[in-house]
Amino acid sequence: MLEVENIHAYYGHIHALKEVSLTVEKGEIVTLIGANGAGKSTTLKTISGLLRPRKGSIRLDGEDLIRYAPHEIVVKGIVQVPEGRRIFGRLTVMENLEMGAFSCPDRRLNSANLERVFNLFPRLEERRNQVGGTLSGGEQQMLATGRALMANPRVLLMDEPSMGLAPVLVDSIFDTIRQLHASGTTILLVEQNARMALQVATRGYVLQTGTVVLSDTAENLRRNEMVRQAYLGES
Amino acid sequence: MKHSIWQDGIKIGLIGGGVGVLLSLIGMVEAFSQRHIISNVISMGHTLLLVIALLVGYMAAKRASQTQPLRVLANGLISGLMVGGLLALLVMVGNLVRLRAVFINASPVLYKLLTFDYGIGSGIFLLLCAGTFSGVLSGLFYLSPALARRVLLTSLSSVVMAGVLQDLLRPTFALWGPLAIINEWLFAANGLTIQGAVSLFILMALIIYFWAKRGSAVKTGFRGLPPTKQRALRTTGLLFLIIVLLILPQVLGLFLSEVLTIVGLFVLLGLGLNIVVGYAGLLDLGYVAFFAIGAYTIALLTSPELGFFGFSFWSALPFAIIVGIIFGVLLGIPVLKMRGDYLAIATLGFGEIIRILVLSDFLRPWLGGAQGVGKIPKAAIGSIEFAGPQQIYYLILAGCFLVGFISWRLRDSRLGRAWMAVREDEDVAQAMGINLVAAKLLAFATGAAFSALSGAIFASKLGSVYPHSFNVMISINILCLIIVGGMGSIPGVLVGAIALVGLPELLREFADYRLLVYGAALVAMMLFRPAGLWPEAVHRRELQEEESVGTETESLSGPEPGKQEGV
Ligand SMILES: Nc1ncnc2c1ncn2[C@@H]1O[C@H](COP(=O)(O)OP(=O)(O)OP(=O)(O)O)[C@@H](O)[C@H]1O
Ligand SMILES: [Mg+2]
Repeated sequence: MLEVENIHAYYGHIHALKEVSLTVEKGEIVTLIGANGAGKSTTLKTISGLLRPRKGSIRLDGEDLIRYAPHEIVVKGIVQVPEGRRIFGRLTVMENLEMGAFSCPDRRLNSANLERVFNLFPRLEERRNQVGGTLSGGEQQMLATGRALMANPRVLLMDEPSMGLAPVLVDSIFDTIRQLHASGTTILLVEQNARMALQVATRGYVLQTGTVVLSDTAENLRRNEMVRQAYLGES
Repeated sequence: MKHSIWQDGIKIGLIGGGVGVLLSLIGMVEAFSQRHIISNVISMGHTLLLVIALLVGYMAAKRASQTQPLRVLANGLISGLMVGGLLALLVMVGNLVRLRAVFINASPVLYKLLTFDYGIGSGIFLLLCAGTFSGVLSGLFYLSPALARRVLLTSLSSVVMAGVLQDLLRPTFALWGPLAIINEWLFAANGLTIQGAVSLFILMALIIYFWAKRGSAVKTGFRGLPPTKQRALRTTGLLFLIIVLLILPQVLGLFLSEVLTIVGLFVLLGLGLNIVVGYAGLLDLGYVAFFAIGAYTIALLTSPELGFFGFSFWSALPFAIIVGIIFGVLLGIPVLKMRGDYLAIATLGFGEIIRILVLSDFLRPWLGGAQGVGKIPKAAIGSIEFAGPQQIYYLILAGCFLVGFISWRLRDSRLGRAWMAVREDEDVAQAMGINLVAAKLLAFATGAAFSALSGAIFASKLGSVYPHSFNVMISINILCLIIVGGMGSIPGVLVGAIALVGLPELLREFADYRLLVYGAALVAMMLFRPAGLWPEAVHRRELQEEESVGTETESLSGPEPGKQEGV
């Protein structure tokens, strides 16, 4: 469904992505793991059109995405939950969710999506009129995810949803991801928490200094010696 | 937290006293003393110092809890004494040293004012007493029940306002027979009469008292009415307002109509900048450029002095707006990637470039250079010419209605939401599918259009344009007025323009201290009302309840506490 092929991306002279390729099939959860600065967020940025790759191609259902502007890519169905949540702190929960629905003007679809978000996160419904900035970290992650779901994504890009959350909350975030998967959402998940990520994912890629060094099914990656040492902290 | 009883009072009192001394030395007290609040009882200059002493006393009193009345009173007393003391010190020093060498306003007249004309000995004693007394009064005020405080505060400030705005009220009342009697009762030649001040005080006190007791009943009564009736009442109110606005210049006369037109032009400018800064969060300090562009386009197209086109005002107006929009976009493109302070500096530069261009000899054949362009024709519809302020007022009023309506519609539109997202977080806005480039350029273009409209009317009002009318201070003024009024709020623009443009025009004493007052107003706003005088109401567009009609109750309620922080 989503095919990233041999992309090279630069920040000025810094060569941040060197020939990265990956694919995500419909209904899959694919995870991208790697150390700090490996280029995970950069890969997502490139897919969302926020950073233009110098070489390579990105296709969604065969259609080349590189010529589209970021806001057009959202309309195509690729929606990102940004790193560090980045909710609109001065707007209410409801207003945040409405902003998420900006790209799809269909009202019927919106109220269906809203219901879906509230089913997934009943907590958000309770706090619908609360200002985003006063939500707890976990609730903010729910809101960021809910906001992205309001855009009716075909592929959901999640950038480190577990960052900075207590272990209990991390568990609940991954539960949510499982639920989303069960309901058929296609997800590309970037995580530092490789253990959890490889448990929910179907397949995974390991990124090292801008290059994909390994790609396999999640199960095989969990068993892989190098992954176990470097990312799962086992010896 | 153990500190001496005296500390709070002394500290706050010294600050207040310092302010009092400063205002005296820069001549504000003396300038203000020309106008009497209550005829031959208290002048505006004395009121200024009195307000400082009362404010300081109140702030000091507030440091103690209401359960310790003695402490409250002591705090008030000491701080008031400090204010009086510092002013007394000024008088004494002034009598020993020739302060005038440095502070030209430290004149014998000032000392006479500060000592109430009683000579230095008993005058200083009186000054100290007055300070102390005000401080104690503030303490008592702090100790009194909430309702009493509200009544006192509102009635006192109404009396002061009536005195300050006497030039506005007097001619208004003078127009009709029955009101003329009020005039005589209320006003002397300079200031309120004593009986007028007292009766105004009592009247306001009664109104506030009954509103406090019954107000909520009235409000719930209004809510309880069937929606059609509520609507009818609202429409009646609105109609009444419109009628008042329509007859205003006839009632107020020439001078006040002139003030109104100036306020109106700033409302137009403010509404435009409100879109750029308030809605989209793009800090634009070169906003005056579009005002200049509108004015100069009209000049170029209409003035026989230049002799190029000879258009009428109305046929030139669309061009002025279009040229404004074009420049808005032209400015927008290079600064698309800039944020915050960088954007502010770039736009500041743009404003100066336009001013220097119209001033330049290079463009003199087209734009008149330093001499400007004259003989700009007035706007006219049929045989009605918008010549004097009393006629131009209607032109500006129509412009304000149009622009206000557009602003209001835009705010709740899809574009308005896109602007809101851009204001809150550009990157995320983009990730939500908002076209950042389009949103920003549309904000610049809309703002520029409003500003150019204002400039066009300005040019035809004055009949001439000069480069020096378009300096950076105009941009700063407009920014200040939307900050004071409340960022992103349409009524806020009106309130801000009245407070920061209208009042200084009315009070000629203010002219020299305008910037000081602006600065003080901004600091005070940041401290006490960071969201502005009339903040933007919180909007709840409930996605879910879209189908069920008639749920428009929320929009009238005040701002959400959580939304107040950060402007
Ligand atoms: N805007 C930028 N300008 C310059 N360099 C950048 C920029 N953003 C990222 N980089 C660099 O690109 C490299 C990849 O960064 P990226 O943010 O993709 O890492 P990451 O894998 O997401 O790391 P983390 O797990 O810490 O989020 C890093 O070396 C980083 O310093
Ligand atoms: Mg990252």
